[in-house]
Amino acid sequence: MKSPIGKWLSLGALALALATPFSNVVAETKSVAATAIVEHPALDSVRDGVRAALEEAGYSGDKLKWQYQTAQGNTATAAQIARKFVGDRPDVIVAIATPSAQAVVASTKSVPVVFAAVTDPLAAQLVRSWDASGTNVTGVSDELELDRQMELVKRVLPNATRVGMVYNPGEANSVVVVERLRELLPTMGMTLVEAAAPRTVDVGSAARSLVGKVDVIYTNTDNNVVSAYESLVKVGTDTKTPLIASDTDSVARGAIAALGIDYYQHGVQAGKVAVRVLQGEAPGSIAPQKTGELSLYVNRSAAAAQGVTLSQELLDSAAEIID
Amino acid sequence: MSLFSLFGALEVGLIFSLVALGVFISFRLLRFPDLTVDGSFPLGGAVCAVLIANGMDPFLATLIATLAGALAGMVTAVLNVHLKIMDLLASILMMIALYSINLRIMGRPNIPLIMEPTMFSILQPQWLADYIARPLILLMVVLVAKVLLDAYFSTRQGLAIRATGSNPRMSRAQGVNTGAMVILGMAISNALVGLAGAMFVQTQGGADISMGIGTIVIGLAAVIIGESILPARRIIFLTLAVVIGAVIYRFFIALALNSDFIGLQAQDLNLITAVLVVIALVIPLIKQRLTRRRHT
Repeated sequence: MKSPIGKWLSLGALALALATPFSNVVAETKSVAATAIVEHPALDSVRDGVRAALEEAGYSGDKLKWQYQTAQGNTATAAQIARKFVGDRPDVIVAIATPSAQAVVASTKSVPVVFAAVTDPLAAQLVRSWDASGTNVTGVSDELELDRQMELVKRVLPNATRVGMVYNPGEANSVVVVERLRELLPTMGMTLVEAAAPRTVDVGSAARSLVGKVDVIYTNTDNNVVSAYESLVKVGTDTKTPLIASDTDSVARGAIAALGIDYYQHGVQAGKVAVRVLQGEAPGSIAPQKTGELSLYVNRSAAAAQGVTLSQELLDSAAEIID
Repeated sequence: MSLFSLFGALEVGLIFSLVALGVFISFRLLRFPDLTVDGSFPLGGAVCAVLIANGMDPFLATLIATLAGALAGMVTAVLNVHLKIMDLLASILMMIALYSINLRIMGRPNIPLIMEPTMFSILQPQWLADYIARPLILLMVVLVAKVLLDAYFSTRQGLAIRATGSNPRMSRAQGVNTGAMVILGMAISNALVGLAGAMFVQTQGGADISMGIGTIVIGLAAVIIGESILPARRIIFLTLAVVIGAVIYRFFIALALNSDFIGLQAQDLNLITAVLVVIALVIPLIKQRLTRRRHT
């Protein structure tokens, strides 16, 4: 940097270098700055998970300088938080959810960034591919791997071959899931039967249109479907058509099972990536990951109502059993 | 507070000073309570982001985003002037309609520009760090906008817009087409807001459907802070006050973000900001009381 401010900064760096003998005493202390776009249960769990992973690795008490800021839903504030963090030069910035991650990544090309709870980091331009980025950015995506979702369908209903799906064709995330399932299911010996529900009130009738044509109905996190889940459950119970969800909350509402993301574990996974960065690994050499730990939730009474007997093996591996 | 934090506050403050200038024109000059801003800010951002992502020149994309903002303001004004819908309701209708329109324009809730060329990446000289270059470029943009506005509101037409706001009946008696002046003023106001949206997406890494939330609140706060810190009657000082108000508001947020040393936490941010603004508004009042006491 040749600007006067650059000089001023390098003076500061010199002062820091001179002060090093003193700071050697706490050389192990690392600073971590975390930010999220808004406070809600899933994102708060991610933050707590990150912190737990750091403490697990020994970064606790006076070994950790931790700061956390939320933008309270405001993207302009998210931008300012990003600038503040970059200015504080922490050892790693943990950015939770897409808008916060974008604000941080747009603000720095040097401070290490670990993102979390970002569904598609490629589309968000945080990284160029799923390979190690070579930049200052890495992280953990909360995208659900559909082959694992379909394996759950097979585990619950080993004889199922026709998978039905109700979704809103206007919701980009759902369209992506449907397109991928169309390719994936034939490779597993199954077929996809689609029913569109452009509005919340269409969910029940779309589900009824699937009755007799499918062995199981799989639901993704489509906002219309999740909002009207009870109407789907009614069709499933009346016609003995089993329902399998992709978010654990829908299990309590009447789906038989779901292999979903436990956001605390998601945070722990991101925290472990942050620990690797703190221990000296370059973020650019760590490939972005997808959520490893999924939690299986099952609902025994829903299974009985929809005419399915859950295997003992399935019940044993469940993180939560609802009766 | 670090330099990064300061320049960041300056950068966001300058962007919102364009919003504040727009809000000043609608609320103060035209006396039109306009909430369209919450929609026209992301509209400008959405248009700009989509065009750049599709390979358009960032300068042209910024111009089109500005015109899109102007169009939104005109629609609100037409709803009010010609369809006789109450001003506040007309702007609320436009604001909610723009949410859907913005989603349509973007095609998805988020369009990143982190890896695309922007006005700022093109204008930034090699030898200057980006966190300094961005506020400098923005300062130029805001200064040009301010000088043009000052000049325009001193012309016959500009004065007619101001007259329409302060006394519509008298203006009509003087032969001013007040309906046309409201439409024109609202177009200028929202064009500035659209421009601010385009600046925002090009500096902050992309457009997000949620970026409009609370824009009007920030704009109004900036106008009021500016007016109380620099009370003025002439248009050049009025616009200057508004710009200063917007920057000060962002400095307060930067200050609030750095207040963890007194035991405040992340969730207290909005409260601290509010308290700081209250203090800023009360200081002139206290000063006034003190001087009055001295006289008696």
